[in-house]
Amino acid sequence: MPMLEIDNLYAGTEEVTILHGVSLTLDAGEVHALMGPNASGKSTLAKALAGDPGIIVKSGKMRFMGKDLSALNPDERARLGLFLSFQYPPEVPGVTIASFIRTALHELTGEETSVLSYYAELKEKLKQLELPEDFANRELHVGFSGGEKKRSETLQLAVFQPKLAILDEPDSGLDIDALRIVAESVNAMRSPERAFLIITHYQRILNYIAPDRVHVMVDGRIVHSGGAELAKELEERGYDWIKQEFAGMALPSEEQDTR
Amino acid sequence: MDEREIEALKKSKEGYEYGFADEAEYGVTPVKGLSEEVVNQIADIKGEPAWMREFRLKALKIFQRKPELTWGPDISPLNLDDIYYYLKPKGYYAHSWDEVPERIKRTFQRLGIPEAEQKFLAGVEAQYDSEAVYGRLKNQWEEQGVIFETTDQAVKQHPELLRDYFATVVKPDDNRFAALNSAVWSGGSFVYIPPGVTVEIPLQAYFRINARSMGQFERTLIIADEGSFVHYVEGCTAPVYSVESLHSGVIEVIVKRGARVRYSTVQNWSSDIYNLVTQRAIAHEDATMEWVDGNLGSKVTMKYPAVVMKGRGARGEILSISFAGSGQHQDAGAKLIHLAPDTTGRITSKSISVADGRAGYRGLVQVLPGATGCKAHVECDALLMNRESRTDTYPYIDVHEPDAEVAHEARVSRVSEEQLFYLMSRGISRTEAVSLVVSGFIQPITKELPLEYAVELNRLIQMEMEESVG
Repeated sequence: MPMLEIDNLYAGTEEVTILHGVSLTLDAGEVHALMGPNASGKSTLAKALAGDPGIIVKSGKMRFMGKDLSALNPDERARLGLFLSFQYPPEVPGVTIASFIRTALHELTGEETSVLSYYAELKEKLKQLELPEDFANRELHVGFSGGEKKRSETLQLAVFQPKLAILDEPDSGLDIDALRIVAESVNAMRSPERAFLIITHYQRILNYIAPDRVHVMVDGRIVHSGGAELAKELEERGYDWIKQEFAGMALPSEEQDTR
Repeated sequence: MDEREIEALKKSKEGYEYGFADEAEYGVTPVKGLSEEVVNQIADIKGEPAWMREFRLKALKIFQRKPELTWGPDISPLNLDDIYYYLKPKGYYAHSWDEVPERIKRTFQRLGIPEAEQKFLAGVEAQYDSEAVYGRLKNQWEEQGVIFETTDQAVKQHPELLRDYFATVVKPDDNRFAALNSAVWSGGSFVYIPPGVTVEIPLQAYFRINARSMGQFERTLIIADEGSFVHYVEGCTAPVYSVESLHSGVIEVIVKRGARVRYSTVQNWSSDIYNLVTQRAIAHEDATMEWVDGNLGSKVTMKYPAVVMKGRGARGEILSISFAGSGQHQDAGAKLIHLAPDTTGRITSKSISVADGRAGYRGLVQVLPGATGCKAHVECDALLMNRESRTDTYPYIDVHEPDAEVAHEARVSRVSEEQLFYLMSRGISRTEAVSLVVSGFIQPITKELPLEYAVELNRLIQMEMEESVG
């Protein structure tokens, strides 16, 4: 059984359909990259998987760990082992990173960890990510730079150890050192039990994290899939050729789009 | 969070119960309603000196001619003739914890006051019904000359000191309920800190209402002599009753030159109680007064802690948090009165309204003639949880000196779906996510509270959220 199975998914906002029949299968142990030009629907797919109430699934299926995701609330999906690293995580004033992560960890594992062992673990992860210790005492994303937000998301990823991690533009806003640290953290977590779906516009991060598969999304459809070499090709040639090459593909008609 | 914090959190989650009442054994047959006879009876039972009896009787006359309030929340269902004005628990007066009757200890346990905290609390002044049943001061404070008594005791043991200051900050004719309190007051704390003395550990008082329809009219007087410091903490949890009831306290604080007083309180009266309290402090030259005020319970609360900055360079700070659940009206606020030059004040108010709850801010900033070089800053944030929730802001500003810097900021916000989705995507349930956002919203105030109050505040808000959001 694949870990994640997306079958002919149509989704979008109430007014607009953004995903026009996306199908994708991800097995445990795999790292897939989802690439594509801006506004092609990559983030919408990530949000649909995580259960963003702003995204409405119009038809198709999403199965994770054998469960129909559409039937589950975002927190239930997270407890099944699904994690989304947000492109723009919101601010939650007055709540420290440390206390938020502890609350979430408790909900995710259902276990009471002792304060001491929790802080010891948190300290270790902060060190791995080359973050100062007082980072965890800051209010969740309040006044954070783009790069700091990514670090916060990566820290959570490292602590929560999800089965499936969807990273939405994990490289945006990061300088080269920060990018290396994030990539190292992801590489350290790669295991036969875990899968990653890395959403990115640029190929840059894939120099550090070697994907097993690369998918290209254009206008809400995955138009092409290939191995790691596809990312390199996109880097060199841009997205225009792929748009042209696959424009003539048999795509669902407009009537189907508005189902 | 440190370990002690977690421990307290765990304890507060277990064993916290509401809506229970012990059968208190009352020393007198209580009579409902207010009359000269009742006031005389109170003075008799307490064996008070003549001046206090006269003070009470005079206050009663003032009360009787004071008109009903014509502003603020609706308190018309409150029937002042249907209230007991004095109840005395029989023989419950202890000097050490061992002497405190088991039954009362059980009540405190059920209130969720962890035993382990007794060590930390060191001196606990607990008011059980109308009078304190337990009072103890740590030896070092006694050696420092600190007085921490019930006000009743202080009338007898420190008559001159008390008389010099009693009712000098809040006079009986100040307002209708100050007059009522002056006539029938009972219990409360009397605190005196000698010059230059710093009290390291907060002085604490727990009390609760424990009889049907019983009024609670405590009278607290705190005097911080020159250059001293004290943090006084008061909190209350009341069992639930269906009959309207009244709590009307008066708290007076005198902060002398260079001294600093912080007074923290979290009220959690049951949702049938009218909580009408007058809290006022006078800050002398270079003195600092801080009110930290949490309003969670009650049916209606009217409470506007005030700092009168009387001496040059005095400072006043008020942190106010109010939470209005279904059927509640929290009319909270603050007052800064700048009487002297170079005085500075700050008000931070946070209110949360859930369901049809109504929480508001009513505040006054006054800069009087001659008070030059004053600064005042008011910030009030309201968080609305539901469509039918309501918040009101009444910021009165009255400035008579052109160089005064007075700023007022007000914000109204709602919990965003974006925040909730984010928290939920981390495995946190919707209800808990709401609680987290709310506890973050009030964090600027809870961080100023002693730990057990902060924990209780968050826990109570969580419970309210579960009911109204769940």
